[in-house]
Amino acid sequence: MNYFAFLAEHGTTLLLGTVTTIKVLVCSMILYVIISMIFGLMRLSKNPIIQGTATVYIEFFRGTSLLVQLFWVYYVLPFFGISLEAFIAGVVALGLNFGAYGAEIVRAGILAVPKGQWEAAHALNFSPAKRIKRIIIPQIFPIILPPAANLTVELLKATALVALVTVVDLTFEAKQINSITWLSAQSFGTALLIYYIMARLALVPFLRWLEVLAARKVGRGKA
Amino acid sequence: MEMGFRWDFAYEILPQMLLATLNTIVAAGVGYAIALVVGLFFLLGQRTPYKIINIINREIVEFIRSTPLLIQLFFVYFVLPQFGITLSAWVCGMITIGLHFGTYLSEVYRGALEGVSKTQWEACRALNFSTIYTYRRIVLPQAFPIAIPGMGNYLVGIFKDTPLLSTIGVAELFHAATAVGGYNYRYLEPYTMVGIIFLILSVPAAMWVRRLETKVNVAQGKIKQ
Repeated sequence: MNYFAFLAEHGTTLLLGTVTTIKVLVCSMILYVIISMIFGLMRLSKNPIIQGTATVYIEFFRGTSLLVQLFWVYYVLPFFGISLEAFIAGVVALGLNFGAYGAEIVRAGILAVPKGQWEAAHALNFSPAKRIKRIIIPQIFPIILPPAANLTVELLKATALVALVTVVDLTFEAKQINSITWLSAQSFGTALLIYYIMARLALVPFLRWLEVLAARKVGRGKA
Repeated sequence: MEMGFRWDFAYEILPQMLLATLNTIVAAGVGYAIALVVGLFFLLGQRTPYKIINIINREIVEFIRSTPLLIQLFFVYFVLPQFGITLSAWVCGMITIGLHFGTYLSEVYRGALEGVSKTQWEACRALNFSTIYTYRRIVLPQAFPIAIPGMGNYLVGIFKDTPLLSTIGVAELFHAATAVGGYNYRYLEPYTMVGIIFLILSVPAAMWVRRLETKVNVAQGKIKQ
């Protein structure tokens, strides 16, 4: 069977899988961004309990393997009476894992904002919440977006793991086609190509655009 | 089914888990050794004066870096036999991990070489040192400390990605946990123990890498002690 015949027969299945992969990516991206913001700020708190909680969370999720976390959420949580659907379990595990890495990026970004900005906001009698929201957060985006972009590409790659907890994504479909037809080169090769296209032609340009946008917002870069 | 963590069961499977941990450590070590060497080859491809090799090299690196390790594992494991090359799951796993992380390590090497100031090269040229001598005695001794934190990070990274090897049947820690769990219909203890073993091994390793990083930065004068 030549490659075009293969695509004609299995292309739709792979594309449907790709849609699921994109869904997993978008959901876990939203979750990880929220978690990174919260825990990145908590990590800088002066309250030892808040800071300690964030540190334990970050070290725990960065110290263990994503696959282990994923299986734990999907197969072990039911022992405690929490049964999550495969898709939700995948998104939760990805969000928690990448949130831990993202929190460190946010923390570093906040620390990179010049001290004078904090002092000026203080001198102008801004409330702590307003200081963070109006002065610090807008300035951290140009700093954190480049490393966050790398992390997001890693996230796209990591979404492949949800296939192992029975989410019917691109990887799952490729594996399925492989086990039916034994056309391994075609099925896995196509999957690799689709991941590559998603990363290089969609995700990376989108993230670069965000970087430019963020730089423009604070008056850096070309208008 | 009994709820809650069963300590007696955990104790019973502990020897099995520890034995499998050894396999995980071996897999990470061998994969890392291969990645270190593969990284050098990608670095060479990047630094040769031939444009066409540079471009091909860059595209290969980009491709490997932007596709999931899991599918790369499947690809190597299932496709090579179709070309008459039948390798064991272990060998496939080690090759794939070596290739995948080799691309990352080549970036670490590149960053380290670029971290050595250009004036060092100019001084060597002025002193009429050969290129090889310049690398061996001047550039590499300065680049190596810069590369150490990145290299350490990827050692920890490889260690944390070894559970993926279980998907092609390499008998490492996660594979053992799945097998034990399936046999006894209890996943709580095995998977929890895998998590704890990973924590025990990788948190100190990561802390050690961070300490190294600070040391290197201090030595380079980037931050004050």
